[in-house]
Amino acid sequence: MDIRPKVLITKIGFDGHDRGSRVVAAYLRDAGMEVVYTPPWQEIPHVVKLAVEEDVDVIGVSSLATDHLIVPKLMQALRESGAHDVAVIVGGIVPDEDEPALLQAGVRRVFHAGAPLSEIADAVRTLALEVRAARLGTTS
Amino acid sequence: MKLPADKPLTDSAQARWRQECADQIGNERTVRNRSGIEISPLYGPADWDSGRYGEDLGWPGQPPFTRGIYPTMHRGRTWTQRQLIGLGIPEDYNARLRDMLAHGATAISLIPCNSVFRGYDMDVSHPELLGTCGVVANTVEHLDRCLEGVDLARTSVALNDPSPFTLFAFLLTTARRRGVDWRDITGTANQSDYISHCVANHMFYRLSLPGSRRVLLDTIEWCTRHVPKWNPLSVVGQHMQQAGATPAEAMAFTLCSAIQYAEDCAARGMAPDAVLPRFTFFFDISISFFEEIAKFRAGRRIWARLARERFKAKDPRSWRFKFHAQTSGVDLTRQQPLNNIARVAVQAMAGIFGGLQSLHTDSFDEALSCPTTEGARIAVATQNILRDEARLTDVIDPLAGSYYLETLTNQMEQEITRVMAIVESAGGMYKAVEQGLVQKMVGESARRFQQRIESGDQVWVGVNAYQVDEDVGARAPLAKPDAAKMKAHVEAFRAYKSRRSQAEVAGALDALARAAHDPQANVFAQVVAAAQAGCTHGEIVARLRQELGFGQPLAMV
Repeated sequence: MDIRPKVLITKIGFDGHDRGSRVVAAYLRDAGMEVVYTPPWQEIPHVVKLAVEEDVDVIGVSSLATDHLIVPKLMQALRESGAHDVAVIVGGIVPDEDEPALLQAGVRRVFHAGAPLSEIADAVRTLALEVRAARLGTTS
Repeated sequence: MKLPADKPLTDSAQARWRQECADQIGNERTVRNRSGIEISPLYGPADWDSGRYGEDLGWPGQPPFTRGIYPTMHRGRTWTQRQLIGLGIPEDYNARLRDMLAHGATAISLIPCNSVFRGYDMDVSHPELLGTCGVVANTVEHLDRCLEGVDLARTSVALNDPSPFTLFAFLLTTARRRGVDWRDITGTANQSDYISHCVANHMFYRLSLPGSRRVLLDTIEWCTRHVPKWNPLSVVGQHMQQAGATPAEAMAFTLCSAIQYAEDCAARGMAPDAVLPRFTFFFDISISFFEEIAKFRAGRRIWARLARERFKAKDPRSWRFKFHAQTSGVDLTRQQPLNNIARVAVQAMAGIFGGLQSLHTDSFDEALSCPTTEGARIAVATQNILRDEARLTDVIDPLAGSYYLETLTNQMEQEITRVMAIVESAGGMYKAVEQGLVQKMVGESARRFQQRIESGDQVWVGVNAYQVDEDVGARAPLAKPDAAKMKAHVEAFRAYKSRRSQAEVAGALDALARAAHDPQANVFAQVVAAAQAGCTHGEIVARLRQELGFGQPLAMV
């Protein structure tokens, strides 16, 4: 079994500012993780399909211009497709007052502008281990 | 006591300074600016000799234009205060617009909702996202309501309106209905540079590369005949610098795009002097103060040279590098957000000393959300303070002759020219972008800069240094579009769509499709006809995507 964390870095919604998603994806890749990267403007059903097909541990959603507001829809779609065990993190510009709604919808972590890349990588590693442990637990 | 001859004194004094400086700070640590140019601790006549004045600087309004494109610059006419605004429904936008005009803004800028940027109407968009970052305007009537009370014959309008320029078509239709002559319409198509959209993956990217190229050239050609005071092309470095390009790269890529557009126009039979005077530019201003000033001075010089030597333009208006600039949002922080007011002031000063024609200052809260009314007012006030209190407009190009700035301007020019040569050898900007070369360079620069932040080599107050404990929960809640009003807006839009003459709409969209396949036809003329026939933004974009291809992002990490 590949012990490297597998993470999908993507953007949903209308915004295309992809500097953040590209920098984070490259950093995680260089940190030894397996990274599935998509360009911006992904449809939610496509992200779910990709996450299932690629069997990722973590999905990182980058949002700069309010697209975080549809992340609860992504969480719902993941649950409906049985991919509820994938850990979802959100990074970018998320107003403080919107953060509780994301966490309540099941998002595990929110990284704001200025978060060190090493901190994001540590969180992805920890979450990936948790996801794998949980999966082993449910299959055994 | 008799002093020795001047020169030996200077030499020995200089040698002594060099020694003292090395003793105290050492020679090991190299300082580089964001464009990678090594920065010395001191500059003097050995770096830039004032004997080069005529060659390097000249006089304002004259080649090589280093000191500015007009003889009087800001002393004669201050820059245009053009703030980007957009939120909610057209009535919300109109209220904010009137507030900004009352507080000193002198021109209008309109940002539509991201759904509009992506080419969709509100009835097919995620309702959660509508109006969160811009105004939801999909029809002529919406634009008319946005600009209620604004005299279109006297007010310059900047439309953030990418290809196929539906908002511009709505503006023209509104003008005609109000009895305003198209020949009096002034303003700029702020998001017409499809190449920069493709590079930066901005949400403005709607049509395929060849499709966007066709529509832009048709629009430029159409405007020269019908709306002669409109600037149909704004060549944009801002997106690329925000996406990670260094200041020198952003300037180089922008100039390469301008070359591409000028050559495309020439290939269509448009003489340089017929189109170049209407070219404008749009740049980012980072907080790298001197580097940004040098970037603008160098860019102005290179453009004048290109216009005169490469395109053989005879009209001095073709040589002038007119630009709008926006303070960099990337430099702003979520931590201690009021610090951003200081950052924006420094960025704005760099732009002013760089000789800009039009300025947008960011709101301090842009790293938190789309700007609040308070944030937008402070941003306008910052410009008023710099101009009227600090009186930065009193003297033209006030930093000229500084050994450092002149040396740096020359070095930035060399670096910009070096990057331009890379693009030229790939076959020009269009080909370089088609191959992903420019996107790759921008991505690499973004990563290099991030490494400087992570390593602490580049200090970022509140982010990697000088952090303080903050009670983020104490911040004021942000303005959100009113959900009930937005719902009514969407319902009214659906009702509008069903009560139109469907035959007229279908006819106009079919004419648009035919024009797309007829190389002799003008696509933009049909976009205007479609607007007049009541077609919506989403319908026009969808039809052209069907005929000319959907713009797809180039994925690369």
